[in-house]
Amino acid sequence: MPGPAPHDRMRPEGRRNSQGIRVDPEAEATHEPRQAVLSALVKHRPGVLAEVSGLFSRRQFNIESLTVGPTSDESIARMTILIEEPQPGIEQAKKQLQKLVPVVSVMELEPEALRRELALIKVGGEKPDDVNAVAEMYDGQAVDASTDSVTVEITGSKQKIDAAVAAFEQFDVQEIVRTGAAALERGPKTLEKHD
Amino acid sequence: MSERASVPKEDEQSTDQDEAAADDEQAPVTTGAQSVVRALENAGAEYVFGVQGGAIMPVYDALYDSDITHVTMAHEQGASHAADAYGIVSGEPGVCFATSGPGATNLVTGIADANMDSDPLIALTGQVPTEFVGNDAFQETDTVGITQPVTKESYFASHSDTVGDDVSEAFALADAGRQGPTLVDLPKDVTQGETDVEPKAPETPDTYEVPEEADDEAVQEAAEVISDAERPVILAGGGVIKANASNALREFAMEYEVPVITTMPGIGSFPEDHELSLEWAGMHGTGYANLAITNTDCMLAIGTRFDDRLTGGVDSFAPDADIVHVDIDPAEISKNVYADYPLIGDAREVLRQLFDAMPRAPDADEWREQCQTWKQEYPMSYEMPDDEPLKPQYVVEHFSAVTDEDTIVCTGVGQHQMWASQFWEYTEPRTWVSSHGLGTMGYGVPAAIGAKLAAPDQEVVCFDGDGSFLMTVQGLSVAVREQLDITYVILNNEAVGMVRQWQDGFYEGRRMASEYPWIPQFDKLAEAFGAAGFRLEDYENVEETIAAAREYDGPSVIDAHIDPGENVFPMVPSGGDNGLFALNEDHLDEI
Repeated sequence: MPGPAPHDRMRPEGRRNSQGIRVDPEAEATHEPRQAVLSALVKHRPGVLAEVSGLFSRRQFNIESLTVGPTSDESIARMTILIEEPQPGIEQAKKQLQKLVPVVSVMELEPEALRRELALIKVGGEKPDDVNAVAEMYDGQAVDASTDSVTVEITGSKQKIDAAVAAFEQFDVQEIVRTGAAALERGPKTLEKHD
Repeated sequence: MSERASVPKEDEQSTDQDEAAADDEQAPVTTGAQSVVRALENAGAEYVFGVQGGAIMPVYDALYDSDITHVTMAHEQGASHAADAYGIVSGEPGVCFATSGPGATNLVTGIADANMDSDPLIALTGQVPTEFVGNDAFQETDTVGITQPVTKESYFASHSDTVGDDVSEAFALADAGRQGPTLVDLPKDVTQGETDVEPKAPETPDTYEVPEEADDEAVQEAAEVISDAERPVILAGGGVIKANASNALREFAMEYEVPVITTMPGIGSFPEDHELSLEWAGMHGTGYANLAITNTDCMLAIGTRFDDRLTGGVDSFAPDADIVHVDIDPAEISKNVYADYPLIGDAREVLRQLFDAMPRAPDADEWREQCQTWKQEYPMSYEMPDDEPLKPQYVVEHFSAVTDEDTIVCTGVGQHQMWASQFWEYTEPRTWVSSHGLGTMGYGVPAAIGAKLAAPDQEVVCFDGDGSFLMTVQGLSVAVREQLDITYVILNNEAVGMVRQWQDGFYEGRRMASEYPWIPQFDKLAEAFGAAGFRLEDYENVEETIAAAREYDGPSVIDAHIDPGENVFPMVPSGGDNGLFALNEDHLDEI
């Protein structure tokens, strides 16, 4: 007794969007990507960076920058990871990160969290005074000089460094290195206490 | 102890064993390798599946004096599959060994398979001595790097004093929370090195937290939603079996009369002969399960990760349903399908919480009647002409009818796997052993070995395809050596049938590399290995051939030549709409 053919069968009208959310007035929209800063404490041991970065690459999270460094506890390192994903992707990235065995804790920082990046910019050495003047405009300083080049250090937000890099274009930029963002929550809140 | 279909051992017997163990004073460890073996003993490992080799030799040498039984496999892939199946059937982590380099890389398929299906497994791999690591030494590979994406954690043992602790932790981690595979890479100097440090008791790392009970308020809220539903279903995944929650599921479903659909890994969590069972949903699941998924207004999904073979296209999956998602892994919540009511915790605990929190049973008489109507409208059936060629479904159905309900069915991957899941009637957990997430052809032969050793008192049947069987056929030598009473049934259609089905359905019948007219005579091959071989070609011999194979005390192989034109239906095309499943080739053109 074969039942009705495919399109003659009982079915409701609804549907879900590509993120698996039922489409109704409250959840109609597909979430647009936004930038998120994830801060993670991880066991400071060999291979942990590969484990974290491998997770992000194999799950296809769109990573902007990843910085890592020691903390006051020598067995723990801290990672700051900037990702750009729709909201469900950010949640998923957090949960997957939390699942890794060497990861102690993870949180997403508030948008107003402190974010700093360091850039070293090496430019031609013909106009050292002018270079220094531009560096000062961005609260930076020349940290190395030779007859052929001047290297300046700039610290600040991504936007500030982007602007500084643009300003230095006039001096024949030879090399740039940027660290990616390091970030901390404002106020007394710390990641250690956060669960 | 895990919920399983086998008869529990007599209490007396286990007490005797405990006393015997206590009397047997253990010699102190003197090497890293002995510490590794001691850690396995402490964790309760009974079997190890493996293959010897240069870098793992110190561990094998230490195993010489252990009560742990080593099963030498014919290929490392078989070792990891056998250990995986052992884990599925016993509920305890299966253990596999391999040497460095090719040994370790051969294990990877089985490790990845266990990872996709959350099966408890621990792999120990030999590694070149620490001083050679990174130098491209003979038989070196970056095993930790290769396996990291497919394990819960891969450890590189760095010192003889701590290698035992690494193994203890890896063992505990494989079994804890959401089960899965772990690996410890063992450099030869670390296992050879002297140490008198006994390994610590198995304990998970301090960063690994396992939730038990779900938040009470969230449970209450979910219970209200389920009670208010008019068209409720339970979707029981493999996690129900892993959490030993099958009894809790049965109690909940029967008390509140909610129809139960399982996922394919969830087969056995709910008895398929029960009125409330709609059997399993997904690409080749039953029509009634797929219709219920499409039309439900409230789905209680437990221990499932909403794989795409289950959901089809996400946009058409349970489009009208509030989803209550119970899972022990927070990362599964809203990963593929958005969970309106997430409940994070152990499935058995959360089911108990939900049971108590339900204010009333859902008013769903009409819905249950509708589900019964669908069962009648879309029965699992096949056409059986009077004579040849033999239909594979008949072989499976007949075998199922003559066996006990605790019979364990293992499979390879392909059309035969689908027929084995569709036409066998499963009623007990841990009786269905198959490769789901990774879909590993070749899984069947070694898996049946692991399953039989985990449950020696239960009958083990392995349905395989000709293509799948050929991939790990060498494992038959192990079954013969160990005299394991396994009945292998090859549903032989001289093709990788599922590929051929897709080529016929979606590639205009261009059968590129899918037909296997050159396969051997499997009955003769079985005899060459020392197993009993049978050839089955027509209906009138089905009964006696199966009986003869079952009666043979040892591994037997039935080479069942089936209708090569037979395909697997119902079918939801990849990314399709579950409710629009096709019952035949013509339907595929409509949807």
